[in-house]
Amino acid sequence: MANPLRYLKHVVTLAIDDARCTGCGQCREVCPHGVLSICNGKADIADLDACMECGACSRNCPFEAITVSAGVGCATAVIRGFLRGGPPDCSCSSDQGCCC
Amino acid sequence: MFKGAQRTKNVKPGWIIGWLPTRAGFFPKISTRLSREDILGGWRVRWGFSRMNYQVSPGLYGVGKPGADSPVLVTANYKLSFDSLRKHLEGINAWIVVLDTKGVNVWCSAGKGTFGTEELVGKIESLNLSALVRHRNVILPQLAAPGVAAHVVTRTTGFKVLYGPVRAADLPMYLKNGCQADRQMRTVTFTTMERLAVIPVEVILSWKIALAALAYHLLAQYLSGHLSSWSTMTQFLPYLGAILAGCVLTPMLLPWIPGPSLAWKGWLVGISATLAFALINEHPWLVNTTYLLILPAISAFLAFNFTGCTTYTSLSGVKKEMRIALPLIIFSAALGIVVRFVYMYVWRTPWQTL
Repeated sequence: MANPLRYLKHVVTLAIDDARCTGCGQCREVCPHGVLSICNGKADIADLDACMECGACSRNCPFEAITVSAGVGCATAVIRGFLRGGPPDCSCSSDQGCCC
Repeated sequence: MFKGAQRTKNVKPGWIIGWLPTRAGFFPKISTRLSREDILGGWRVRWGFSRMNYQVSPGLYGVGKPGADSPVLVTANYKLSFDSLRKHLEGINAWIVVLDTKGVNVWCSAGKGTFGTEELVGKIESLNLSALVRHRNVILPQLAAPGVAAHVVTRTTGFKVLYGPVRAADLPMYLKNGCQADRQMRTVTFTTMERLAVIPVEVILSWKIALAALAYHLLAQYLSGHLSSWSTMTQFLPYLGAILAGCVLTPMLLPWIPGPSLAWKGWLVGISATLAFALINEHPWLVNTTYLLILPAISAFLAFNFTGCTTYTSLSGVKKEMRIALPLIIFSAALGIVVRFVYMYVWRTPWQTL
């Protein structure tokens, strides 16, 4: 059992703009799930469904070549955001709420 | 000089074991051993008790005998994060910069942006790191990357951000290898032990669900005239069972339960447990029908909630689950409640159980 924990397929919003990418490899370094690889001098999405949309790659891309709608993948936060009509709101700074 | 490691109490915490002289004054030298108090404190917050107040004062610290060439490690000011860093630094000389992440761990605070570019740049400047060390590197936990734009930090401060390993346990090896991390050090896991560690807080945070179930249970018992009987107590146990199936059993068995959706996994565990329960109890079949509608819905909801603890669920996936699974969960539970009251009022049957 290499890594049996896989989440829903075909939902991830990660995308790379090949025109901007220089293949520097910073994104591959920060990805905690080995989603990205460098292929022919460009970043390549090797395992899209393993992406958890943490946003590390896009935040650390010096060329703004990566887009992903990053956020907290936490049900409590998503439900709270939905009820308040705003973005997912992980109010971990108060002593109630999510478990992160 | 030393900007308060003693914010709340005016007593020096036990993990400060000395003072390190620098040109900018004295900074606390910290122990790499966790005391009994540290370990008990870790247990306490794992169970969710005053978790948001378990903090270390932000600022500069050191382990061993750090000098101008020692590495600078950056961490969050959640004490559990700080402790898991320092306990792996035995025999290492290093500076530790604690950022103000409002007492939240590295990954979550990076996700929220408090462990962020601005905070890091601010600390590098206010602590005058460029006068403290000769090199121009800061080592961050890799999981801080969602909050920190390394290239912006370099552009503003001249300090290069090196992302260290995901787990502090790999830091000694990382430093020995000249700040090189292999694939395994860079990959997040979610092992059985890691899942066990986050279960207690889930159990404690499920109190709202438990309270709602109890309110419903007591109301139904009252309406059927059984409130004062001893069975009121014992008949609440299936609800507690459903809660534990959702926030203990499902996380423990996570890799072995089929299907990618967390709500689905919880529902499977819940329905299996409820079916087993229905087979051994001798309730009328309509009673068991209400159980089969309500109990797995509770388990499914709590398992869905566990997405906040996992290390692999994406926001888009959680949103999709919310659109599809959550309405089904609510429908199932509501139908169960309707069936129960219909049974009670339409059939007028004396309601012994449930």
